[in-house]
Amino acid sequence: MNFGQRFYLREVLSGLALTAGHFFRNMGRHVAHSLGRRDARGAVTIQYPDERRPLAPRLRSLHRLVRREDGSPRCVACMMCETVCPAHCIYIVADEHPNPEIEKVPQRFDIDLGKCVFCGYCVEACPEDAIRMDTGILEFSSYSRDGMIYTKDTLLALEPAGPDGRPTSPVPIPAGRRP
Amino acid sequence: MIADLGIAFGRVAFVMLFVLNLGGLLTWVERKQSAIMQDRIGANRASILGLRLFGLFHPLADAIKMLTKEDFRPARADRFLFGLAPFVSVFFALVAFASIPFGDVLHAGGREIPLQAVTLNVGVLYVFAMLSLGVYGVMMAGWSSGNNFALLGGQRAAALMISAEIAIGASIIGVIMVYGSLDLQAIARAQGQLLWGVLPKWGILTQPLAFVLFLTAGIASTKRIPFDTPEGESEIIGYFVEYSGMKFGMFAMADFLETIVVAGLTTALFLGGWQVPYLAAGGFQFPWGASVALPPLAVTLLQVGSFIVKVVVLIFFLMLIRWTLPRFRYDQAMRLGWLALFPLSIANIVLTGLVLLITRPA
Repeated sequence: MNFGQRFYLREVLSGLALTAGHFFRNMGRHVAHSLGRRDARGAVTIQYPDERRPLAPRLRSLHRLVRREDGSPRCVACMMCETVCPAHCIYIVADEHPNPEIEKVPQRFDIDLGKCVFCGYCVEACPEDAIRMDTGILEFSSYSRDGMIYTKDTLLALEPAGPDGRPTSPVPIPAGRRP
Repeated sequence: MIADLGIAFGRVAFVMLFVLNLGGLLTWVERKQSAIMQDRIGANRASILGLRLFGLFHPLADAIKMLTKEDFRPARADRFLFGLAPFVSVFFALVAFASIPFGDVLHAGGREIPLQAVTLNVGVLYVFAMLSLGVYGVMMAGWSSGNNFALLGGQRAAALMISAEIAIGASIIGVIMVYGSLDLQAIARAQGQLLWGVLPKWGILTQPLAFVLFLTAGIASTKRIPFDTPEGESEIIGYFVEYSGMKFGMFAMADFLETIVVAGLTTALFLGGWQVPYLAAGGFQFPWGASVALPPLAVTLLQVGSFIVKVVVLIFFLMLIRWTLPRFRYDQAMRLGWLALFPLSIANIVLTGLVLLITRPA
């Protein structure tokens, strides 16, 4: 500390000038905002859940299973995603597809979101572009571990996020979730 | 007789309501002001029928929360003192404001009504006595809780109060020397004179060093950051560790009330009390000769308004300090009190005496 700093008072005053400057600048912006200047913002706060941050288009959010035109899953149960998953959170049971052109169809497709690390490897590994992580849904939580297991029907019902990054489908509640 | 009683009651009620309501409002001011200083929005969710009003209902919500919480008393706590401590804290913080004048003597209906709750010719000493008695509640709380951390907090509060109180007492002796009275009303009235015929003779101009020392020691006596060693949230949590519910709320309230008392006392001693610059009993009289005549009631209202504005601005300043500075360590607070504030205030007494001796009209 140099001589001036040892007196403390000068440094206190410079600190007070800084915080008072913040106060009056922000106060002026708040007043301007309430007087109709909508671009004036006195705080950096985003008032979640009334307001949401814009999501980046590449953000990995809740998975969804892509549908064919007839509504059946595009997934062919090749087990690529289950194999590549580092968290072992995907569980697939394959079944015959009625259409001989298509090899297989998942009878079960469960993702345990309690284990998922949201690495996105399943999306990259999928040869059929059947699983994506573009729903924009971030709020899924449960009081039990069972409630974190999302099944095929739930994942199939999800839609991609809108152009503004907002989710277009409601937050899914898995069937059989205990309160 | 009835009228006299009514007037006395009105004076007391004005001071009580002013201090109590301002104290409740300060919980909101503190949250909102700190938020705006830190580029945040602050508490704004409490609403009545969808009406939010900048979060002004949060003090109400806090009160409801405090009153409905469990009032827990540890098994090893002293039953009587544990319950008494928060009341002692709040009581002395409340009554300390009594002798601070909020306006000049009002002449109405053939009566002389002094605008202060109690007229005391030793008002300064009374306020200090009440402010220092407040620490008894804190020490009681610390000792009676049966908790070592609480005891440490009470101990620290006592040490801090002694080091701050001596600096406060010594620093205002200069003010008393300049204005020649212990009566706060007389001190406030004397500050209406002019210095060199131009400037109002406020304490901050005649005693600038004493102002800085008094304000520093005053902040220390409120036990708030940067002098929050008795609380020490990050280390010992403090004297109210064991308190919950409204008893805890009363300790928090006492801190705000002490802030108001310190602001009121600083206003009365250093910022001219209820004085408006150049406003005399008959209206404004400017040093360059111009004058504006005002009716007595307008003068009184201007004076009371000026006192309230000064107190509110000072509270803003105290809050600014509280949300700007980091807290002192215990030894740093002690060193500041004993090795900086105390010797400087003694030096201020000597300096004031010398200046008064030189400038004394022969």
